[in-house]
Amino acid sequence: MTRIFLAVLMLLAAMRVAVAQETPLQAILQEHAAIITKSSRTTIKPAIAAVAGSGLDRAPEVLQAWQSKDMWQRESDGLFFRAEKLDGQTYRLIDFDTGEPAGEVSKKELSQIKPNSGIRALIAVALVQFQLSDPDPARRLDALVSLDRDPNPEALAPLRASIDGEPDPALLAKKHRLERLLTIAYDSDEAARVAAIDEMSTDLGVDVRATLNPLVATRIEIFEGEIPGTANVARRLTPGKDGFDRTAAYTMLVDKGFAAPRLDPDKVREVLTAHIDGGRVGDVPVSRLDTMPARAEAYATLVAAGLAEPRATEEEIDIRLASYQFAEIYAETSAAVTTAANAALGRIATRVGVYQAADLTLDALSLASIYFLAAIGLAITFGVMGVINMAHGEFIMMGAYTGFVVQQVIPNHTASILVAIPLAFAVTFAAGVAMERLVIRWLYSRPLETLLATFGISIALQQLAKNIFGTQARPLTAPGWLDGALALNDVVSISYIRIAIFVLALIFLGVFLFIMKRTRLGLETRAVTQNRRMAASMGINPDRVNMLTFGLGSGIAGIAGVAIGLFAKVTSELGSDYIVQSFMTVVVGGVGNIWGTLAGAAMIGFFQKGVEWLNPSNTLAAQTYMIVFIILFIQFRPRGIVALKGRAAEA
Amino acid sequence: MLDAAKDPSSGHGYLDGLGAEPTTGRRGDAPKPLIVRNPSILVFLTALALFTLTVTVLSEAVGPGLISTSFVKTLGKTLCLCLVAIAMDLVWGYCGILSLGHFAFFGLGGYMIGMWLMYERTRDIVATAMAEAPIPPTDAEIVDAIGTQIFGVVGSSEFPLVWAFADSLAIQLALVVLVPGVLALVFGWLAFRSRVTGVYLSILTQAMTLALALYLFQNDSGLRGNNGLSGLQNLPGVAAPQSVVSLWFFWASAAALGLGYLLAAWLVSGKFGSVIRGIRDNEARVRFLGYSVEGYKLFIFAVTAMIAGIAGALYYPQAGIINPAEIAPIASIYLAVWVAIGGRGRLYGAVIGAAFVSLVSSWFTGGQAPDLPLGFYTVKWVDWWLIVLGLSFVLVTLFAPRGIGGLVDLWTERRAPDRHGADLGPDPGALREQEATE
Repeated sequence: MTRIFLAVLMLLAAMRVAVAQETPLQAILQEHAAIITKSSRTTIKPAIAAVAGSGLDRAPEVLQAWQSKDMWQRESDGLFFRAEKLDGQTYRLIDFDTGEPAGEVSKKELSQIKPNSGIRALIAVALVQFQLSDPDPARRLDALVSLDRDPNPEALAPLRASIDGEPDPALLAKKHRLERLLTIAYDSDEAARVAAIDEMSTDLGVDVRATLNPLVATRIEIFEGEIPGTANVARRLTPGKDGFDRTAAYTMLVDKGFAAPRLDPDKVREVLTAHIDGGRVGDVPVSRLDTMPARAEAYATLVAAGLAEPRATEEEIDIRLASYQFAEIYAETSAAVTTAANAALGRIATRVGVYQAADLTLDALSLASIYFLAAIGLAITFGVMGVINMAHGEFIMMGAYTGFVVQQVIPNHTASILVAIPLAFAVTFAAGVAMERLVIRWLYSRPLETLLATFGISIALQQLAKNIFGTQARPLTAPGWLDGALALNDVVSISYIRIAIFVLALIFLGVFLFIMKRTRLGLETRAVTQNRRMAASMGINPDRVNMLTFGLGSGIAGIAGVAIGLFAKVTSELGSDYIVQSFMTVVVGGVGNIWGTLAGAAMIGFFQKGVEWLNPSNTLAAQTYMIVFIILFIQFRPRGIVALKGRAAEA
Repeated sequence: MLDAAKDPSSGHGYLDGLGAEPTTGRRGDAPKPLIVRNPSILVFLTALALFTLTVTVLSEAVGPGLISTSFVKTLGKTLCLCLVAIAMDLVWGYCGILSLGHFAFFGLGGYMIGMWLMYERTRDIVATAMAEAPIPPTDAEIVDAIGTQIFGVVGSSEFPLVWAFADSLAIQLALVVLVPGVLALVFGWLAFRSRVTGVYLSILTQAMTLALALYLFQNDSGLRGNNGLSGLQNLPGVAAPQSVVSLWFFWASAAALGLGYLLAAWLVSGKFGSVIRGIRDNEARVRFLGYSVEGYKLFIFAVTAMIAGIAGALYYPQAGIINPAEIAPIASIYLAVWVAIGGRGRLYGAVIGAAFVSLVSSWFTGGQAPDLPLGFYTVKWVDWWLIVLGLSFVLVTLFAPRGIGGLVDLWTERRAPDRHGADLGPDPGALREQEATE
């Protein structure tokens, strides 16, 4: 009886072996059955690696089923299957190796393998190498994106294999690039890595730098005696030199247990406090302990009495530091790779620097065009008429609020902007003319008082805007086609709205030049500017010219307000944020000449961006230095960059 | 081209007396005392003394407490504002330099004294806290603890260089005068030597103020960024209650105002006053007469900056806190507004303007003013006061360039000389006393 039983057992065992030979995937799963059912992220890796590395055609299907929680274990014999739900309680089992149905069973006879999210992520990484050759381009793209985000050495071989069969040129380019990056990071052949590094050393992509940077990462190590030849040394460090602090060096020694802690004031105080005995520490009265020498003395007595640990003195620290070698060691062991990576990073940094300069130039241009827009109206009223209008900023604000109101009525953003621009011009033109008629024309001979009167108007208008629109910022939304940015590469980009403002500034320049040089109003304005009395005796009405000129300047401020409102928040303080810069622009540029204003705006814009570049965290400092610079600049060209000469200058 | 001073038909005569001896002290007469020549000084000082006495008698510390401690502080602060207004009047009303930077000097004075107040007070607190420690603190530990207390808010514990003398009252008091004075000297020298005048100079001073405010707004400026300095109302080492301390500051402000008024009156009464008025009216002509216009302007600019610094050093301990927003350019423009409304070119005008406008402003914006129902709309003064102020400022500029002080002229029946319809000069807002009394 026992014999028969044993024989049957042996037979069964033989069958199992046979099964294992015909069904290799099942065999692999069975081999790792324990950790698969345990389903823990920390131990699961061998199972996934075994399936993924089996080289079998159906391995990805196993991983997918596992990942999507479709893998079940039959409780009777412990075999794994993919299971499809037929109805509430019945499942159809599908064999992993053949893909054929393997019977229908009740749910009670099965137990589901439930991988947690950590395991599913690991499976996903393993799946990537199969998806790289997936027929579906979307899948291949997903796999590439996933690999880019989460590179791993295993994917290198499948990635290389998938390149040849790639039909889609865009995906092919991506694969090539990724292959280079993975080669740099993981290839076992040093020469191939160096070649890949050299090849990618002109690439500006952030991913290239992200791949190269870990290669040149270093850590500081301490060596007793000579540094072994196997270490890839970045540089040797001498404590107290090359930015390597003595204190830091000694702390490292202490941390490693190579030296006793130093005489740290806080620690000393702590120890002394712990050993106060009848108003004395050691032999020193507590009241005397308010100087460092006294404390050191008290500590020494404690040490002598065996109550405190001895601490290192400065001489001992020097001796300890001298007996060890400090060096920065690359984590990467291959010196050829680190040298190549350093060189490549250097080349990339140079190129990035060049493009950053280009980006900065674009930024500066856009800032300059904003200042130009804000200042051009002022250049007319202040520069041409000699009237200082402190309410100019409030005209800008009026224009911005006009845009906001128009957007409340016309919901279409493109249409509302097209309506808002002429309307803002009309509103601020009217306001400017009214102000000129009511206030400014009485004060032409008293320029300082114009400044004060218009300041009165400015605070009144600001408060009025606050009363009407409230203190919160109002949105002035740009049309959809102005969203986004024009990106030339990973470094240089400029938003469309800034391009639009630049174009608008150019248009204004053209319009201004046209009005001044080609129209009757411009001719009369120039005549009145040069000599008011003479112009009057030639039949020009100076009052009318002044009124229209002032209106024109104010109207342009209104349009500038719409443009500025598109990227800045519309508040009642919008204008006052720009007024000082506008005045600076006009003063630096030179009064009475539009080219001067342009030059002034360009200079201020470039200077401010330049300072911001030197100290990027601090735009306040940039503005401070800019103003100081302007004050100094006025020393050398008191009449601005483009100074009027001759009689006009005296007007 | 629009400047009447360049217009030959109206430019004659108003500087005729300048090259000669001053009006008083002519032909070897013993010069009459300053107060006799300017009765307004006596009137002003008497009024100021009476005012100080009244406030003292009615205050909480001395008398029945009809005037609360906080109102004593408000009055004391107003006196400081009057003092800085006098400085503004000197530089603008008398010398024609519309400086939009004097409130920056005012703020700098406040910062200088604030550093000492804050340092000493923090040291008191720290010393008290550390006295309870089992082991007496070393000097270095105390300084470290003060640094942590003061600069913790800006993420630092190190004392910046500008605090080097914060523990010395004498040096900080000297800096109250020196820092604004030196800044004014440097800025003025740069501006005046390149002949920046008129509205250009105004804009440039405004830019200077903005630069200073922006600089102080930074955390690494060493003056606690936009947190500013606080707790300044406590005098270190003084146990007296706030009601008494506030009275001391009130007296100090009154004394400073009185002395400042005297100094200003003395400056503008003699030949120096004639020269700076001449500069205001026609700078080129004064230069051609051989005066060093730049020197005079620089002197008056720096002296007024120092006066402003002293005023600020008295103001901010009463306010209790100073931060960079205080010295934003708008504050300096308001200073010009006060002087213009009070009447420039006369010292009492500046005082009247500053006191009147700042007190009325705080009354309206403080929410104490009753709302004005118009039936269809209720005027809330908190919202509408600035509009009223702005517009009234326009009206004063247009129709009453002499400001409130002009009312005094009606009373004393002093009028500008009849120039047969010709302009008084480029700046009719400022009364030329020498001519008006002819």
